[in-house]
Amino acid sequence: MDIRAQVSMVFHLDKCIGCHTCSVACKNIWTDRKGTEYQWWNNVETKPGTGYPTLWEDQDEYRGGWQLVGGEVQRKLQLKLQSKVGTLGNIFYNQRLPTINDYYEPWTYDYEHLFNAPEGDDQPTARAVSLITGEFMEIEAGPNWDDDLGGSPVYAANDPNLGELTEDERAQLNEIERVVFFYLPRICNHCINPSCVAACPAGAIYKRGEDGIVLVNQDQCRAWRMCISGCPYKKVYYNWSSGKSEKCILCFPRLESGQAPACFHSCVGRIRYLGVLLYDADRIEEVATSPDADLVEAQRGIIQDPFDPEVIASAQANGVPDEMLEAARHSPVYKFVKQWKLALPLHPEFRTLPMLYYVPPMLPVLAKVRDGKYDVDGADTEGLTPLLGSLEAARIPLRYMARLFGAGNEEVVADVYRKLIAVRVYKRAEKVGDVTEDEVKEALKVGRLTAEEAEAIFRLTALPTVGERFVVPPLGREVAIEQTEDPGTHKGKAGFGTVTAPERRW
Amino acid sequence: MGWIQDLVKPEARNWEEFYRNRWQHDKVVRTTHGVNCTGGCSWAVYVKDGIITWEMQQTDYPLLCGDIPPYEPRGCQRGISASWYVYSPIRVKYPYVRGALIDLWHEARAIHTDPVEAWKSIIQDEQKRTRIQQARGKGGFRRATWDEVLEIIAAACLYTAKEWGPDRVFGFSPIPAMSYLSYGAGSRFLQLFGGVNMSFYDWYADLPNAFPEIWGDQTDVAESADWFNSRYIISMGSNLSMTRTPDVHFIAEARHAGTKFVVIAPDFSQVAKYADWWIPVEAGQDTALWMAINHVILKEFHADRQTPYFIDYLKRYSDSSFLVELTPSGDVFKAGQFLRANRVARYVGVENGDWKMLVHDCKSGALRMPKGSVGFRWQEQLGQWNIKMEDGLDDEPIDPELSFRDEHDEVVQVSFHEFAEGGVYERGLPVRYVETIDGRVAVTTVYDLLMAQFGVSRGLPGDYPQDYDDERPYTPAWQEQFTGIGRDTVTRLAREFAGNAEATEGKSMIIIGASINHWYNNNQSYRAPITALILTGCPGRNGGGMNHYVGQEKLTLVAPWTSMALALDWAKPPRLQQTPIWHYVHSDQWRYEGDFTDYARVPPETKWAKGHAVELTAAAVRMGWMPFFPQFNRNPLDLVSEAEAAGAVNDGEIVERVAEQLREGELKLSVEDPDAPENWPRVWFIWRGNALQSSAKGAEYFLRHYLGTHDTIEAEEKAAGKTETVTFREPAPRGKMDLVVDINFRMDSSALYSDIVLPTAFWYEKNDLNTTDLHSFIHPLGEAVPPVWESKTDYEIFKLFAKKISEMAPSTFPEPFKDVVTSPLQHDTPDELAQPEPLDWGKGECDLVPGVTAPHIRIVERDYPNLYNRFISLGPLIREDGTSGHGVHVPTAQFYDELLESPIGTAPDPRRTRVVEWGGKKYPGLEDALDAANVILHLAPETNGEVAYAAFKAEEERVGVPLADLAEDTRAVRMNFHDITQQVRRTLTSPCWSGIVNDGRAYTAWALNVERLVPWRTLTGRQQLYNDHPYYLDFGEHLPTYKPKLDPVATGDIVLSPVDDQSLVLNYITPHGKWNIHSTFKDNLRMLTLSRGMDPIWLNDKEAEKVGIKDNDWVEVYNDNGVVVTRAAVSSRVPPGICLYYHAVERTIYMPKSQVRGGKRSGGHNSLTRTRINPLLLAGGYAQFTYGFNYWGPIGIFTRDTYVVVRKLEKLEW
Repeated sequence: MDIRAQVSMVFHLDKCIGCHTCSVACKNIWTDRKGTEYQWWNNVETKPGTGYPTLWEDQDEYRGGWQLVGGEVQRKLQLKLQSKVGTLGNIFYNQRLPTINDYYEPWTYDYEHLFNAPEGDDQPTARAVSLITGEFMEIEAGPNWDDDLGGSPVYAANDPNLGELTEDERAQLNEIERVVFFYLPRICNHCINPSCVAACPAGAIYKRGEDGIVLVNQDQCRAWRMCISGCPYKKVYYNWSSGKSEKCILCFPRLESGQAPACFHSCVGRIRYLGVLLYDADRIEEVATSPDADLVEAQRGIIQDPFDPEVIASAQANGVPDEMLEAARHSPVYKFVKQWKLALPLHPEFRTLPMLYYVPPMLPVLAKVRDGKYDVDGADTEGLTPLLGSLEAARIPLRYMARLFGAGNEEVVADVYRKLIAVRVYKRAEKVGDVTEDEVKEALKVGRLTAEEAEAIFRLTALPTVGERFVVPPLGREVAIEQTEDPGTHKGKAGFGTVTAPERRW
Repeated sequence: MGWIQDLVKPEARNWEEFYRNRWQHDKVVRTTHGVNCTGGCSWAVYVKDGIITWEMQQTDYPLLCGDIPPYEPRGCQRGISASWYVYSPIRVKYPYVRGALIDLWHEARAIHTDPVEAWKSIIQDEQKRTRIQQARGKGGFRRATWDEVLEIIAAACLYTAKEWGPDRVFGFSPIPAMSYLSYGAGSRFLQLFGGVNMSFYDWYADLPNAFPEIWGDQTDVAESADWFNSRYIISMGSNLSMTRTPDVHFIAEARHAGTKFVVIAPDFSQVAKYADWWIPVEAGQDTALWMAINHVILKEFHADRQTPYFIDYLKRYSDSSFLVELTPSGDVFKAGQFLRANRVARYVGVENGDWKMLVHDCKSGALRMPKGSVGFRWQEQLGQWNIKMEDGLDDEPIDPELSFRDEHDEVVQVSFHEFAEGGVYERGLPVRYVETIDGRVAVTTVYDLLMAQFGVSRGLPGDYPQDYDDERPYTPAWQEQFTGIGRDTVTRLAREFAGNAEATEGKSMIIIGASINHWYNNNQSYRAPITALILTGCPGRNGGGMNHYVGQEKLTLVAPWTSMALALDWAKPPRLQQTPIWHYVHSDQWRYEGDFTDYARVPPETKWAKGHAVELTAAAVRMGWMPFFPQFNRNPLDLVSEAEAAGAVNDGEIVERVAEQLREGELKLSVEDPDAPENWPRVWFIWRGNALQSSAKGAEYFLRHYLGTHDTIEAEEKAAGKTETVTFREPAPRGKMDLVVDINFRMDSSALYSDIVLPTAFWYEKNDLNTTDLHSFIHPLGEAVPPVWESKTDYEIFKLFAKKISEMAPSTFPEPFKDVVTSPLQHDTPDELAQPEPLDWGKGECDLVPGVTAPHIRIVERDYPNLYNRFISLGPLIREDGTSGHGVHVPTAQFYDELLESPIGTAPDPRRTRVVEWGGKKYPGLEDALDAANVILHLAPETNGEVAYAAFKAEEERVGVPLADLAEDTRAVRMNFHDITQQVRRTLTSPCWSGIVNDGRAYTAWALNVERLVPWRTLTGRQQLYNDHPYYLDFGEHLPTYKPKLDPVATGDIVLSPVDDQSLVLNYITPHGKWNIHSTFKDNLRMLTLSRGMDPIWLNDKEAEKVGIKDNDWVEVYNDNGVVVTRAAVSSRVPPGICLYYHAVERTIYMPKSQVRGGKRSGGHNSLTRTRINPLLLAGGYAQFTYGFNYWGPIGIFTRDTYVVVRKLEKLEW
């Protein structure tokens, strides 16, 4: 047992409104500089859709993440990037990099023209100007181009996760009976088996010991850009101005001062939760080499009980402070991921063990159209059951969700929905009383929840305050600083001196 | 896994400082965005090196009671991108004047030392005037100095007042609640000058006319936290994720508490993603759906089974049991007016007997006169205006009979008009006969009328549908043809909605947004769902009711703000213009249409409901229903001097002479000849809004007729020969405005077309107040950095205007002078009893009596040399008269005197007020925005507990029920500006509002009415399901009814525009968008990057394919009103037959030239729309149908009834 602490995350997609406030919060603070214009460390995608950079999920194309090699007996992990040619052979020509067209060409406008245009015979307008070339350009792509099903025949239709749907099901997604979308906000997953780290020939990427945050050392980065290919989530970006790779830093300067990351703080849908998980580093390989269908459960298995004395002892032996362990015991992430099994990893089949988990969204019930008249599913049934949504009548096929969050395992996703529905039925009975006791019992049974659990899930989903959503662990900065300098000395000189940007690499 | 090392090695991590250093700031300041989004979000703005670097949300909202989710954080993608503007290349940093104007000005000033003379020399020279006008919008700006632009502006104002009258100077600024003082400074300046403030809530089509119709209130709704209390929520015409971004989490959270959420929307909208049910109703057909829902509710919850909670609610809180007279009409009857108390012997002599109504009392078996109707409100005796069910004569309790179904004298056939097919249905109704002083009349109850109207027979004979499958009105089967929604879904929706309301005693809720209000028959689209809510006992209950969220209209501190902003502390009445009719008339859009009945359905044989809408508008102005400025075809100042010359010795005689001139026709109302030069608006100030684009329905007509510059109109005029009292002049004038001044922080479309652009402070550079409907807190806009470059706050800018006018006044207006001011019959005043029967003196139907059959005519003193002094001083009238909000009087004297104890001559302070002294007197000071904020906070019941207590005490006496207990516990609360910069504060329960927020309870509308029996400000004092205004009877809208969507051929948007097989003709829907708040953020690089770099038009995928349009293709969108060139977003979430173009596109950004309109630059979304008015909504002079600013009148429609042609652009040209 080798217990480590990881600051981890839950995004509750049922609450996500796709507003992108998170994206802008991040951009304002971290990527509003030359070379980072096109970078969105936090972005939000419409699903079905092809995302940013376009088709990032298609690892046949990008070859990010890990793959299993060897047979049943000697399964082992290998970077997908290395499958054909070794790293060294590939080092000077990395053809798996997304190009600027896979992201988008950043632009601005000739705003000044509105002020400066000489009097003419028609109204002036501000044309688009490339932020790379400075020339007038036509806008053909952006970081959120297929937002809300924009261009659905081109983008939604080519979502890689639709692969397993029948032709019929895919066609139906274009009809009012079934048309649907939801949002997928993405940041760096701060994986516990990060392929970006493994792919870096310069050893410039590391996981911070105290909180598991994955960082690209800006002094050490040599611009190989293997991390960009290696990350299956495409969450490392190349700064073309500084010649370094950059990525989400989970706002560690904010975490270090007890504040949630900017994208968490600003999430107006209140979908985000942050807290510590304890995991057993000894089991990483075992978990990462599990068969696809078992990946979710295996990943849950690596997360350890913060109340377990053995776990606590091992953590302490590794230098995890008591305050961190205390934070782990209050972690909302632990509840969603481990206790309630409501939150699932995104594309666990990439085998990086992502530490950002998603509660899948409940979507409207499907409908049927007869003689041009639209009726929602179940409208013609006697009585008023079901009043609320149901798993069977949901608009999005379960197989699609299983592709995203279950490595194809539909049952783990269905389990989540049964629980979410049980909570609603339980609360409806309590608040209105138009659901019978038997129905409540049945819903809880199917969802495998007790009434107490249903209540606890409701409270953490609906009622949490900032402090309950974000349990930021104390990161003991004085202890970290002490290792290079007396904190008392540091106190007197913090902020003095000249900030030097990392030197540009080719 | 040896290569994945957890790095703890400290030296190797020193580089982390790179990012740590970025997370640094020198200062954090609380502020918000003044942008009419209703968010009212509290933000923290970060300042480093004296530069604003970014913003993040505040999370310190006080928690409400019990288990309601917290408000934090509030703020959306748009808000968090606002800091981009501060130093952006679209920021207006200096004053700008167009070259054509400044050159002429320099020339004129070289000749004339008096700036007023200089202005006169330019404006009276037609060639020069045209030169200035034709240059508008075509570039050629020059940077100018503040001194110079102030001089031009003051000269234009003074010249205009002298030449034409001060009522030719107009100002448009929307939505005070988003920045109280920025609005108030401008309006205060204008009112002190004698200029005119233009309304906005109605013009934006945000005003839900059904609220005044039913509740006698502009709008009152629940704060968003109350959604969490609801157990059944229907969202219709509202895309909450887009428009209520900071609030929508309450919906998600309510769902997890077991609430069902239903979205009714034609497209699979962003909020549909959240829903349990998505019901894709045909666009604009929501009324049909709700008519059928009401049919089911009445049948199953009222007729077949009488739900006790619903019946009890209706008797107490609605007009359902009030008696309506049935008047014979051929062989049958038709519904008439409420039976008035003074027509029966028992009540014949009661005061205001025309305005007190009757019910049939079960106890006494006789007619009784419940308290609370409008007649009680304005009678001598106080304490009877409440909705206790007691007889106004002897206080005896009444048990009103809701229906005569079981006991009646006879069943008679009553005719009901149906508008979809123009049919008449005769349906049996139970009646009783009543002896009146005019003989025996048949009466029934409103409840029985509703049953018959909705087609629920209850076994009565007549043309009733048999069952739900019968396609006669208004069954679930009937609605299918309009909505496309199956009868099963509608029936079940009705059952669930009402069943939930029964189980929870009223916790069913409707959330409704702009979309539905923008259809021509908007009031009916609201009345049908509101009827369902009243029938199920939801309004006034936490978690229930009608929640219309469109526009940040809630000025929580309404009473003192109104006095300050409209300068009521110095003079009354103010000049306030109902903007929709103003633009309809002045921008000459009325000339491009014929009779309104070409497209609108009315019953046959009407007295009023016919002809051209401009005729009805003029009649409404004559009868005192609507305001209109300019008032007369003469300068009001000349009218005074002539009257005085003719021997008038006092104000009364001046007024009488003006009235006499009107009677004799020697003086004309401007509205009757709007195109005569003496009746044109001349000077126009625009601030805090985008009047020439984002709200300019018929933007191209504005360009043509107001500005006199280029346009892309194809339409032809049609009104020749259609008018009688309104002169149709040939040719239509082009370029009515002498000067257009835009005060702005960005070069938006309005700025681009204005003559002068003044740089104003951004929201992060000024101190101001902000409130909203969506939560119950007050918080500030705060100055994080001083106004950048040469910008100044709106408050300072208008103060400078005032100062310059006072400095320059001596040459033109050396002394105080009198001004004649007209104002319409006013809501919340005794004017509500003015006209039991509408009569038009202009047509000889009655005599002209100011304030009764015609507008009030009053005399106001202006003092230009002291305009500045008055501007910075809180005048004495507010001390004497007090303030008022929603008809509630708030005593002020004590609190005014407290303000006088403040010091003189110190610096402005967020915790203190100051006093100014001039002319030998002291006044509470308004020199700085901080002074003004603190004065308002001190005088408002919502922020000063003692004021609340005093106001409740006063209200108790008037209403006759105990109320002051609501303020008892919070008497000690005081808030000053500094307090609210430290934390947002919850406002107090106030008699000016209808919610009760004691003990952290969520605000919901009408709680005070339902729980404390304070009347609604309507005819009966109850929720008005029936509207018996004779004008409403004439238009066939006395009952909730279905009036169909307009026929696009009849409306005539596409007559001269080419249509072929490569083009689509689509209903043009312009909802609120995701990346903008109206036009703001449409030019913000962050939002443009996250969208498509511009605003595409959303098309259905299959339709687009048919005409060869692919995603991101450039397309032209056009009709006879104008043209837009944009790109296509092709999507399966859009239904066929409509296109979505998210509203308020800036024509400044990335706009190519049009090929179908001769290579002219493309316009914005309003280049395709027109202003029309629904003349029904002019109704006035009658109880809740009396004028109030932003409260009543036609709204700025009908954007939603617009149709356009879409085709691929042939050639991209810049």
